[in-house]
Amino acid sequence: MRPQRLTRRAVLLSSATALIVAATGLRAPVLAQTPPGVLILGQVAEPKTLDPQAATAANDFRISVNVFDGLVRFRDGTLEVEPALAHSYDISGDGKTYTFHLREGIKFHDGSDFNAEAVKFTFERMLKKDHPYADTGPFPLAFFFSSVASVEAPDALTAVFTLTEPYAPFLANLATPTGYIVSPAAVAQHGADFGRNPSGTGPFKFAEWRANEMVAIEKNPDYWDGAPASEAIVFRPITDANTRTAEMLAGGLDIMVEVPPVTLSQFRNDQYTIVEAAGAHLWFLILNCKDGAFADKRVRQAANYAVNKEALVNNVLEGTATVAAGPTPAAFNWAVNPDVTPYPYDPEKARALLAEAGTPNPKITFFVTEGGSGMLDPVAMGTAIQADLAAVGFDVTIQTYEWNTFLDQVNPGLSGKADMAEMAWMTNDPDTLPYLALRAEAFPDKGGFNSGYYANPEVDELLNRARVSTDQAERAELYKKMQVIVHDDAPWLFVANWKQNAVATAAVKGLVLQPSFLLTLKNVSKA
Amino acid sequence: MGRYILYRLLSAVPVVLGITVIVFFIMSLIPGDPATAILGAYASPENVARLNADLGLDKPMVQRYFIWLGNMLTGDFGRSFSLNRPVLDEILERFSATLILAGVSLLICAVLGIVAGVVSAARQYGLADKAITLAVLVGISIPSFFLGMLLILIFAVQLRWLPVSGMYEVYGGRTLVDLLRHIILPATALAAVATGVVARLSRGAMLEVLRQDYIRTARAKGVSETGVIWRHALRAAMVSIIPVLGIQAGFVLSGAVYIEVVFQWPGVGRMLVDAILKRDLLLVQGGVTFVAACYVLFNIIVDVAQSLIDPRIKA
Repeated sequence: MRPQRLTRRAVLLSSATALIVAATGLRAPVLAQTPPGVLILGQVAEPKTLDPQAATAANDFRISVNVFDGLVRFRDGTLEVEPALAHSYDISGDGKTYTFHLREGIKFHDGSDFNAEAVKFTFERMLKKDHPYADTGPFPLAFFFSSVASVEAPDALTAVFTLTEPYAPFLANLATPTGYIVSPAAVAQHGADFGRNPSGTGPFKFAEWRANEMVAIEKNPDYWDGAPASEAIVFRPITDANTRTAEMLAGGLDIMVEVPPVTLSQFRNDQYTIVEAAGAHLWFLILNCKDGAFADKRVRQAANYAVNKEALVNNVLEGTATVAAGPTPAAFNWAVNPDVTPYPYDPEKARALLAEAGTPNPKITFFVTEGGSGMLDPVAMGTAIQADLAAVGFDVTIQTYEWNTFLDQVNPGLSGKADMAEMAWMTNDPDTLPYLALRAEAFPDKGGFNSGYYANPEVDELLNRARVSTDQAERAELYKKMQVIVHDDAPWLFVANWKQNAVATAAVKGLVLQPSFLLTLKNVSKA
Repeated sequence: MGRYILYRLLSAVPVVLGITVIVFFIMSLIPGDPATAILGAYASPENVARLNADLGLDKPMVQRYFIWLGNMLTGDFGRSFSLNRPVLDEILERFSATLILAGVSLLICAVLGIVAGVVSAARQYGLADKAITLAVLVGISIPSFFLGMLLILIFAVQLRWLPVSGMYEVYGGRTLVDLLRHIILPATALAAVATGVVARLSRGAMLEVLRQDYIRTARAKGVSETGVIWRHALRAAMVSIIPVLGIQAGFVLSGAVYIEVVFQWPGVGRMLVDAILKRDLLLVQGGVTFVAACYVLFNIIVDVAQSLIDPRIKA
């Protein structure tokens, strides 16, 4: 009989332990009461660095955009540039000299003065290999400013940039984090650790970074453009999308960014607000215009007609994107041609074009990636596109690669490897993507991203002229012409423009997403 | 004893060296490099070459290996590209989080597993045995990351008893109670499979021991059944249970990779997954070497512990 008693005792003991454990959980009061005015924001990953010149990821930019300012910034809700730390600027007639007149009396968070020397320091640190603080890098996106020949500070409130050649996207690049002004004193003090001890002029000051737990920034009450609405913002890295969603549902977060399309429906009720903004993003397929079936323009057009883009954005992406019309995202409202409309879904027309080209069943190798920056849901989209193309006669074989391997395959050019590859770009100027990926001068062997070898002298001419023009209206005309030609030549299969999304609890007010993908939180507050 | 331990430690050196070679060359040979990972769509051959040079990756592979190994022997694991901080700082911080999680899981698995196994064996084919066998089967069969999500959904989202993720609260936390509240769900999810395995093997080991002559002798001498089972039988069975615990320690450490991702636990497993995706060579190399060295050390400790319990094993 003894064994029985033992069993009971063991069972009792373990249930008692379980009860105690459960009770600790139950009875522990909600220890962690978030102080009033503090927003907790769940984002995707641990940031790498808050040094705006060293950062490359949207994840890092979400924080640094609130700590730093540029000489100029994007006007709220647009991709048009307006003055920021500079109250005005002049551009010389030849488009090679930019003179910025700086605001007076602005201080960095560390107490040092913002002035033209700080501007000069910021750009020379990034661009000059022999700068005393060049070793605080690397600065992967320094090539945004490769046309800068020199930065001078004739007086404390004037900064003069001289370019080697006219470069129209210069102002837009100054509005991105890579162009934000850092405190020279803080860089000198922290060296390579400046990225973990950042000091700028922005609406929030850096407060604390607990590795793998959170980054906190707090109100800068002396902000030159008015004090922010919240006391502090805490950025929590939560990599797993399901966990991020669970944390939002459990009340651990006030705001969550990059909500997976499939979980959006959980937040469609009174307790939450969903905000969206179409961004300067393009999801497309690079078509190999040099060899294989897609060397024939009619086959490329047929592919554009064959894919049901509406179904892709509504079903696969659950409405988190819009159908792309051409090479320029609609978010560049000043440069986009309203007459360029998406290729309609027309399988009949696609079949007719294939027959006309004499290749009713073209064999296509299609590179698909498993994931990657801005790639949305690449595997599901790849297979849906494969099915649409097969329906009109294409014989498509998919090859799937992990993101880094994929880039290693695609960026050196598709020739001899594939006919078609997925790709996505987020840019801040209508120049960037077509200039880097559609000109004959941008073939991979020349250091560009034209992996499908599209070449049209007329497009090259338009893009080259737009780049050196300093008149926005003139640039707009040139880009609009370019879009008509590229749309017809169809070097890409235009698919989608991503709508960035975020969810906030109903108590959060003032959350707006920007087409630049920069998350400015100055006017966001919690009731 | 001292000589045995020394011998085991010395024979671990070539193992760890071999690991450094394997991890270094695997990381160097997989496609995609750190510069591509950092630059993403902007990774043109020209930009990649420039950034790789900035990162010191333009030297020949063998030369880089010896530079890395030499630095590591002096305690310099290098600087992580993706986190922009010293690799060793990151590993130590992360590893302590993993050790806490794995330690609690292992404790749960050892206590619950052995108790369940002993009870099962003592009541072979009884109701308790059947119930435990069923529970064990379920525990072994559910993938830990799925169990993790299930636990989050029930205890954090629906009941709101416990936090969803992380190790401490952002505000006002960092107490032992706060840590306990955060560790219950991940440790349970992580321990489930290992507990099942330990319970099964403990049951088998106990059944075998209980059939031995000396157990009958002990009973015949009038030792109480409790004494027979817990003092005589369990001690003998521990010889076969301890190596299993050692193996489970390794299993729990590797299982921590999934659990840390699901629960956003700031441990070394999640760090390695992120680092591999970002091609953060130094962080992967340093992290894997460190974890592997610890694993080798665990095995030595287990072997030594076993030789203490069973003198026949002593070399």
